[in-house]
Amino acid sequence: MISQSVLLTIVLAPLVACLLAGIGGKVIGRVGAHTVTIAGVAISFGLSAYVLKLLLDGAPVVNETVYTWLVSDNIRMEVGFLIDNLSAMMMTVVTFVSLCVHVYTIGYMKDDPGYQRFFSYISLFTFSMLMLVMSNNFLQLFFGWEAVGVVSYLLIGFWYTRPSAIFANLKAFLVNRVGDFGFVLGIAGIAYYTGSIDYATVFAARDAIAANTMEIFPGVEWQAITVVCICLFIGAMGKSAQVPLHVWLPDSMEGPTPISALIHAATMVTAGIFMVARMSPLFEMSEAALSTVLVIGATTAFFMGLLGLVNNDIKRVVAYSTLSQLGYMTVALGVSAYAGALFHLMTHAFFKALLFLAAGSVIIGMHHEQDMRKMGGLKKYMPITYWTSAIGTLALIGFPGTSGFFSKDALIEAVHAAHIPGASYAFWCVTLGVFITAFYSFRLVFMTFHGPERFREVAHDAHSAHESTHVKTDKDAGHEPDVSHGDAHGHHAHDDHGHATAHATGHDDHGHHGPVEPHESPWVVTLPLILLAIPSLFIGAFTIGPMLFGDYFNGVLYVEEAHDTLGHVGESWHGPLQFIVHAFQAPTIYLAFAGWAAAWFLYIKRPDLPGVIAAKFSALYQLFAKKYFFDEIYQAVFARGSVGLGSALWRVGDVALIDGAAVNGSARVVGWLSGVMRRLQSGYLYHYAFAMIIGLSVLLAWYVLR
Amino acid sequence: MISLNFVLMLGGILFALSVAGIFLNRKNVILLLMCIELMLLAVNFNFIAFARQLGDLGGQVFVFFILTVAAAESAIGLAILVVLFRERKSINVEQLDTMKG
Repeated sequence: MISQSVLLTIVLAPLVACLLAGIGGKVIGRVGAHTVTIAGVAISFGLSAYVLKLLLDGAPVVNETVYTWLVSDNIRMEVGFLIDNLSAMMMTVVTFVSLCVHVYTIGYMKDDPGYQRFFSYISLFTFSMLMLVMSNNFLQLFFGWEAVGVVSYLLIGFWYTRPSAIFANLKAFLVNRVGDFGFVLGIAGIAYYTGSIDYATVFAARDAIAANTMEIFPGVEWQAITVVCICLFIGAMGKSAQVPLHVWLPDSMEGPTPISALIHAATMVTAGIFMVARMSPLFEMSEAALSTVLVIGATTAFFMGLLGLVNNDIKRVVAYSTLSQLGYMTVALGVSAYAGALFHLMTHAFFKALLFLAAGSVIIGMHHEQDMRKMGGLKKYMPITYWTSAIGTLALIGFPGTSGFFSKDALIEAVHAAHIPGASYAFWCVTLGVFITAFYSFRLVFMTFHGPERFREVAHDAHSAHESTHVKTDKDAGHEPDVSHGDAHGHHAHDDHGHATAHATGHDDHGHHGPVEPHESPWVVTLPLILLAIPSLFIGAFTIGPMLFGDYFNGVLYVEEAHDTLGHVGESWHGPLQFIVHAFQAPTIYLAFAGWAAAWFLYIKRPDLPGVIAAKFSALYQLFAKKYFFDEIYQAVFARGSVGLGSALWRVGDVALIDGAAVNGSARVVGWLSGVMRRLQSGYLYHYAFAMIIGLSVLLAWYVLR
Repeated sequence: MISLNFVLMLGGILFALSVAGIFLNRKNVILLLMCIELMLLAVNFNFIAFARQLGDLGGQVFVFFILTVAAAESAIGLAILVVLFRERKSINVEQLDTMKG
């Protein structure tokens, strides 16, 4: 039996820590701030794991209300917990990754003036995410949904003096509003048809929704369940960054790397996947909605992966890979392989957080250089980072035996078994996506860790390289690189620990204050990497059996008989080893190998070729480099459009109607009327007397003649 | 015996004359005051005529009241007039339009 106080502690511990670090940050200091927040999230993690264990040992599912906020028109708005295997898995993953990121942050943000603020925010995030996954009703789900959005906004703009960061967080916020609008409509539709916002009640009454149709455009009858599901999915598209609402995620890399790992890779962006899986009884009723999910997911998986091929910013490559992997999960949702999506969500949370934190470690080692063209050969300087990120990369591309292999291969098999409209398109997308994934992942590894040590050359041609402000500023102001780094990039941290070496090596030739000397990160950074590398490697093999083909998700996820793609895959399931052997008969593993080979050939063997290819196919290259012009189109249509709409409303509505007609207009009417009236006031006594007589006669006449 | 009609007609003519005097006079405030007096007298005629016709003395009593009030009114009116003349050096009605809007 899981007691309510345990659940409340799980949720409230991070919130208390957040308040302590946020409000009392000055009092408790840096060490105090990270101590309380880490303690808070550690308590949450421990109890989450305990809850998961209780559930696995057969404890009954908890579905209880903690607090009734209000009852309006028979709709009860409550705070409550639904703790089943799904939410327990999510809670454990979220708190574990969050714990790793908390520890990592000690190293990454060491010298940042916003240290306490940062810890407060990430604890607040943990609280919000837990509220989201533990909810038993749509209202609390929506609260968590918005709260993680707010924290994401705050953290993308964490370095709020940087214009690019402010632009990015505004963009994320606005794009998410579009998704949330759909989400709210979906919830409203559910409340309208079922009269409840409680999961259990809604799922029990799902036939009531299915029995209805609605007419959104005149003459076109739509099934209400399809409309509701698509509206909910639009919410998921915003949060989980699916095409065409994906534009905010690459820009969110403006935030500090720890939150890129926690929020924009491992947990928050998977909230959409979680939500759709939670709503599986609803989505199963509508094949049209599933097809929509499938096609959008497939498009995201393939086309966003392509963008990772041309990017040179280490974090953005990982961000596009996140987009692509989220697409994979969405595809799994579309083919009703909800368990597959959640399984991939879990493994992805570990290996993508690992990759991001490793990228962050590289960024620390390179003194806040993010351009991969200025890295190379870091393997011997940063061995722990190298090996852990190699593990993450192998998991990402689905190297046999790693966790990513099991989740991705099962997912692709499930797509292969699906028959709903769009399934064959999705199959091609996810299969070719494997090649793309392997290619950009190894491109990242090769450019960063292998090959020549390009960071040594950069300092020499610092004047010509347009993006090398970072290094260039060091040249003259050699003794105060802290300041110049702060100006150029807005980062404040980490610039000190490499200076002794930088001074030593910098002055030997050309009189330059030379290249940065990379170094391995401190243990607070590498420990989380190792902690995340372990599940990245092993968790797949241990959990694929129960999660995908066993009964772990029994009673949580609902799949129609006709859509049961995972069941089809499961028919040939004989344990993880056979699964690996079986994989060698499918094309995906060879595609992954081909991706590795291509990356090796282009970036190790013939590093001159990528430039040649880019020049040859410059139209295609431009298309990728400009991210399919999504940003430009949105900027031109929506941003300009709303500015135009605003200025039209300002001119017509505000200036003309309100100011002109209503405010000044009424004053003018009074003025005009009184201008007329004053003519009557001649000031001559006899005029007044005349008026009186006339009035008197009229009154008399009326009285007499009536 | 003069019939009631003639007396009432006289009262009406006097009243009409005084009204016309108020409207037509553009020069002199004193004339205005006189016209008002004439108006009151026209009313008095009516009272007396009806008092006699109906044999009710109340009408005649009212006439005395009106005469008293008229006397007081003229006194105040003339006093105002004097002050006005001192102030504006004129009693021309055309110029008394400070109430013009």
